[in-house]
Amino acid sequence: MGQIVVSGLIFGCVYGLAALGLVLIFRTTGLVNFAHGEMAMVSSFVAFSLLTNFELPYYGAFLAAIAFSAFFGIAVFWVLIRHVSQASHLNQLVMTLGVFLAIHGAAGLIWGHTPTSFPKAVEGKSFSIAGVFITPNEIFVLVITFLLSMILFVLFRYTRVGLAMRASSQDLVAARLMGINVNAVFLATWAAGSVLGGIAGLLTAPFTFLGVSMMFNVLIMAFAAAVLAGFMSLPGAVIGGLMIGVFGNLVSYYWAPEMALVCTFALIVAVLYIRPQGIFGDAPTMKKV
Amino acid sequence: MKKVFDRRWFVSLLVLVLLAFPFLVGQSSYFMGLVVTMAIYAIAAMSLNLLTGYGGQVSIGQGGFLMMGTYSTGVLSTTFGLPIWLALPSAGVIAALVSLVIGLPAVRLKGHFLAVATLGFGLSIPEIALNWKSVTGGYSGLPLMRPEWASDDLTFFYVILMLTFLVTWVLMNIANSRLGRAFLAIRDSEIAAAATGINVAGYKTVMFMISAFFTGLAGGLYAYWIQYISPNDFTIMASFFLLAMIVVGGLASIWGAILGAVLFTGIPHFSDAYVGVTNLVIGLAVVLVILFRPAGLVSLGEFFQRRKQRPSGETPVEKVPGQDFEEADNA
Repeated sequence: MGQIVVSGLIFGCVYGLAALGLVLIFRTTGLVNFAHGEMAMVSSFVAFSLLTNFELPYYGAFLAAIAFSAFFGIAVFWVLIRHVSQASHLNQLVMTLGVFLAIHGAAGLIWGHTPTSFPKAVEGKSFSIAGVFITPNEIFVLVITFLLSMILFVLFRYTRVGLAMRASSQDLVAARLMGINVNAVFLATWAAGSVLGGIAGLLTAPFTFLGVSMMFNVLIMAFAAAVLAGFMSLPGAVIGGLMIGVFGNLVSYYWAPEMALVCTFALIVAVLYIRPQGIFGDAPTMKKV
Repeated sequence: MKKVFDRRWFVSLLVLVLLAFPFLVGQSSYFMGLVVTMAIYAIAAMSLNLLTGYGGQVSIGQGGFLMMGTYSTGVLSTTFGLPIWLALPSAGVIAALVSLVIGLPAVRLKGHFLAVATLGFGLSIPEIALNWKSVTGGYSGLPLMRPEWASDDLTFFYVILMLTFLVTWVLMNIANSRLGRAFLAIRDSEIAAAATGINVAGYKTVMFMISAFFTGLAGGLYAYWIQYISPNDFTIMASFFLLAMIVVGGLASIWGAILGAVLFTGIPHFSDAYVGVTNLVIGLAVVLVILFRPAGLVSLGEFFQRRKQRPSGETPVEKVPGQDFEEADNA
């Protein structure tokens, strides 16, 4: 039982990190990014290429892949998403769906459809803490999730950039009138969101093998986590991710692995039926009729 | 008046070509199958457009209803021995009843929450189909026999074609009826709709049920055409493609849905040389259409028509259907 909860927490960290990126982008730009997982997948493949073709050490490849994620996020926003920022939500959603399909297809052509193994961040044998086995890599996942969510929380709450992000998310016109460079804020948001996704991808790859479809499940669970949290709360996204991870792992152990997804979504529908704004969401307000 | 005339001509021509189609391609079962797939996706896309384009309720799980349709017809027909004329509508009714699972919470859910809830539905149905082996046959799927009189492809091609025409006609009438106008009102503003006496919760539920009924029916038709039900037929990708079809074709437009369905079913025919190419081409098509034709491809027709009417160089004001979509959720 303890073992299952702990390994659920590890998966939950990855879901939480991906959800954090989704929520960050949604809060600031009002857009649900379906291409989040595929962008992360591309970053992981970049890291893999750097590791195998250029024989960089792991941390070099890790950092380079993160830099690439930031650049990739900025490029996707600037070339495509920027132009639909005033469009309807449905058009935005289908736009990111189109990006998802295009990246998925292109990645399949470039890197093929056979999954390969990907090195762990920290090698080492598992050891036991209070009867629960854990590997150094899993501890690394836990620590990095905790650190990143803390950094993001502080950034969002206490810095000028964070203030600008919050202002842009509340009212674009007013933010612009207050002298905030909204485009720069959006670029920063997409870079940060994409980096969070990229890290989630780099952490996922050792568990699931590196492949073009590896991030789909993570994306779905990150959506679930984000919705559970109300799509607005940053700490909520991480907590939601942890909850989904543990819940899914318990279901797949005690019932069937295939039912984890079904039960997770049943849970979400049940939660949303009681609280349509999610667990951590604020009470819904109507601005416009 | 002239415009109506034009459209009638166009529709008659389309119907004639479709009726003559099997003979134009020498009754090749591949090309007939292609048109059947287009027809089935057109029904599903029109139903989704009623829900999303007219009603403003995003669903990323319509593939789930298609799959419900295939399995319902399979089980009803093979296990319980129901005749086709009973099995098909029953499949629709089952899908409609299941849609209540999504439709009832949907009355309270909005925007992205609804999108993710329906996404979960679209993902869950294939998993349930794989796991509920005693009924669905798991990975091996279910066999399904067409009735004696429709056993050859040519006859059944016409059956599907006729049903597609019928469903198109019914959906067009729903869209232009009191029901359709209520859906539009709900899409534009739920509060205003409620204030004018529209039962928002009731209409939303009805919207989901109608959409699921016809989608289930389409799934049943597909099952009868292929004569085999597999858990891989309508995965989450089908749900994605359906949503892309209506946005690329044109929201709140029956013709838009048909256009999108034909386009996205046609693309794989040309790009199936390698697995990834289809996704790449469809993804790029979606991105380009949304960037340059945000109101969908049907707006091209209106664009040209308006050009013809006003040669004076006036800039036509383009109406974007669904532009006000969910604006209230932005709060």
